Amino acid sequence: MPKISTASLPDVIFILLCFFMVSTTMRETTLIVKVRLPEATEVQKLEKKSLVSFIYVGQPLKNMYGTETRIQLNDQFATVADIQNFVAVERDARDEADRKFITTSIKADRDTRMGIVTDIKQELRKAGAFKINYSSRKATKAK
Amino acid sequence: MRKQRGIPEINAGSMADIAFLLLIFFLVTVTMDVDTGITRKLPPPVEDDTKVDFNQRNIFEVLVNSANMLLVEGKEGNLATLKDETKNFFLNPTNDINLPEKKLEQIDQIGEVYVSKGVVSLKNDRGTSYEMYIKVQNELTRAFQEMRDELSVEKFGVKFGDLKDPAKQEAVQAVIPIAISEAEPEDVGINK
Repeated sequence: MPKISTASLPDVIFILLCFFMVSTTMRETTLIVKVRLPEATEVQKLEKKSLVSFIYVGQPLKNMYGTETRIQLNDQFATVADIQNFVAVERDARDEADRKFITTSIKADRDTRMGIVTDIKQELRKAGAFKINYSSRKATKAK
Repeated sequence: MRKQRGIPEINAGSMADIAFLLLIFFLVTVTMDVDTGITRKLPPPVEDDTKVDFNQRNIFEVLVNSANMLLVEGKEGNLATLKDETKNFFLNPTNDINLPEKKLEQIDQIGEVYVSKGVVSLKNDRGTSYEMYIKVQNELTRAFQEMRDELSVEKFGVKFGDLKDPAKQEAVQAVIPIAISEAEPEDVGINK
């Protein structure tokens, strides 16, 4: 029986590898707040990841920043007042045609008080970012 | 007679293994988590204080206080019954005069159908926990989703999520809009 040539096998695998590298998106922000998402059963998938901007809300991961709930935008702590600016920057970064599809995903820790979330929502309304998503995990089992 | 034939060939047999290792490394490190959540649309900011005139019977009031307790239509409520109460309110099967009005409307694909004017008004305190808020939102979403499913099964024979035709989806959405309105923030109940 003649030997099958395996010389092209590495190429096949490399193409697979390239496909994976291109099609997956790496998480680009490192979390500095603790976010344990709440669970819900009626969740929808977020489509078009490139059109989603994230707002993280939770207690700082490092104790040196205290235990008060903070907002994280991109890679740093922010205040409620920074949100309008953040939304404007995110909007400018997108294609003009895509701008109305931008969704803001609020990733808040489940122990967060609603006060800060309400403040964020008010700022988002002022900034004109009406599509929001309360990020939550799909509950593994409905009661 | 010896003849040098250039560089000897490099054994590429293990190349595949190296590539496989790389592939596996990527598969492991890449986060495949899909982002899921409850999608909502915020209302545009109100400029003037024009009160939208809603008939009291059309409003289903849900309040959550800072101790994560529910007040549904003036009575203490609980999460387990919230979904059914919402459905009962919105659909008003017995045509109760205290429950929302219904209007006969002509909708494409469905025909004449009663459309409820009910609106769920959700209010929360600044001290409400986010987890509770999501639970309440979840139950309300579930109520609307179930009503859509029921209507869809009745009219088209399949669940709302399985409807392929966008016209049919729109028709169901027109009969049962997700009518959840969030009140302008104010403090209710026990404070912090």
